[in-house]
Amino acid sequence: MFDDLRDLYQEVIFDHNRNPRNFRIIENADKKVEGFNPLCGDRLTLYLQMQGDVIADASFQGSGCAISTASVSLMTEIVKGKTEQEAEELFKKFHEMTTGKDENFNMEAIGKLAVLAGVREYPARVKCATLAWHTLDAAIKNEQQAISTE
Amino acid sequence: MTVFDVQKIRQDFPILKEKIRGKDLVYLDNAATCQKPQAVIDSIVHLYSHDYANVHRGVHTLSVRSTDKFEGARTKVKEFINAGSEKEIIFVKGATEAINLVAQTYGKANIKLGDEIIITAMEHHSNIVPWQMLCEQTGAILKIAPISQQGELIFDEFKKLVNDKTKLISVVHMSNALGTINPVKEIIAIAHEKGVPVLLDGAQAIPHITVDVQELDCDFYVFSAHKLYAPTGVGVLYGKQALLEAMPPYQGGGDMIRKVTFEETEYNVLPYKFEAGTPNIADVVGLGAAIDYLNTIGMAKIAAYEAELLAYATEKAQSIQGLRIIGEAGHKGAILSFVLDKIHPHDIGTMLDSLGIAIRAGHHCAMPVMDFYKVPATARASFAMYNTKEEIDVLINGIESLIEVFG
Repeated sequence: MFDDLRDLYQEVIFDHNRNPRNFRIIENADKKVEGFNPLCGDRLTLYLQMQGDVIADASFQGSGCAISTASVSLMTEIVKGKTEQEAEELFKKFHEMTTGKDENFNMEAIGKLAVLAGVREYPARVKCATLAWHTLDAAIKNEQQAISTE
Repeated sequence: MTVFDVQKIRQDFPILKEKIRGKDLVYLDNAATCQKPQAVIDSIVHLYSHDYANVHRGVHTLSVRSTDKFEGARTKVKEFINAGSEKEIIFVKGATEAINLVAQTYGKANIKLGDEIIITAMEHHSNIVPWQMLCEQTGAILKIAPISQQGELIFDEFKKLVNDKTKLISVVHMSNALGTINPVKEIIAIAHEKGVPVLLDGAQAIPHITVDVQELDCDFYVFSAHKLYAPTGVGVLYGKQALLEAMPPYQGGGDMIRKVTFEETEYNVLPYKFEAGTPNIADVVGLGAAIDYLNTIGMAKIAAYEAELLAYATEKAQSIQGLRIIGEAGHKGAILSFVLDKIHPHDIGTMLDSLGIAIRAGHHCAMPVMDFYKVPATARASFAMYNTKEEIDVLINGIESLIEVFG
């Protein structure tokens, strides 16, 4: 019945939505930033534990749609063990993928995150996918105030 | 129309023939905006093709024709809401502007430090923020009348808020997020006992309910044309003549003046005092055409048919496991707001869109209502006179299928 939506709602997304990874609070986290999408009410708190400039642990709390939940869940998995700079580069690539400006975008370079490429076809949903990454970007840049996608 | 014939009405709305993602359009976002009948579209084309010029200022033929059509629409609005005079019908760009106009003219002139303004907990942002701004400017205090879990105004609590400091009460006639129709006559009676004027936000109510401003005895009534099957960019402020006469103007400019010198300006009479600048001529004419169209059907018949649709949709929705209806007032308009267990409204919206069904997912510009129900957002199906029970079946099947897919 929902054949048209297979690219957007891949099984991996349903899986992360049902069982979000790293859905917990890091007590005494080095970084804690809130992200908010006022359009749809998605709200998350991102926690980062740092070792030097390496993200030793990442977790989140909050509520949102399947796309935003899967995106933040995947992100917390992927950025663990990465340096801040590596995470920022990934954000840049992710942003390029989801906004779909580059037709020759190399999906292989982004690994698992490619499951979220489907949002390109749904402009109203791009912010659902990028909220997590904007929040991470703010955490890395030590911006304390809550992040809003609007 | 002697019998309400929904299929005939559907023929009048060209957009209803659109295919969305290969499926028949099921348009259930009418609380956000209604689709337009051919008669409204034609009226605008006809005006621009045959009768258009600026209003109120030319002696030439086209200006006279344009003015007649524009002022003719004002008379239609007057009759549609049974105002006492055309002087009480002010054209603005929407319900939002109408509320801001009252806040910044009547409000600034009459509301002072320590005075109180009462609204309810179910207001749209457009009936919250203009009052917050006025309170910031004047030092007045905004009081919020609470609602129950069913989404009804708690009348006793509202009554307790009305006191000698109350200077204005501004209440939604029908809630856009919950569908609740407020007991506005009772609210107005309580307010008038204390000599307090009442503004009714009729943005949602106007396409569903017969509005008679004299019978209601409201002091101000506001609505947007685009929710009444008319074009965007037009709204109406009704105000009792005596109140409007006493109010300072809103914006300065052409059309709202009688005489201008550099020393002094004399303002124009009602309603022009509040209509600075060239108005939205064509879309006002479109509003007149929409009212003509609705009059051929009859608001009472529309209301009866929509009540049937809502009852049908509510019964079907209640049978879906994991679906919770937000807004279960005893007296409701054709709005079905709901949430599903573990499925976010935005996912519901995207999934239904792939089936051709347009609903709204979000906070409906009523964030305090969302906070009250402790939900980030709701999915909202809102019905109009052109919707059918078959479309509601499509919606219900869609919801059941997406629940399955999400598992």
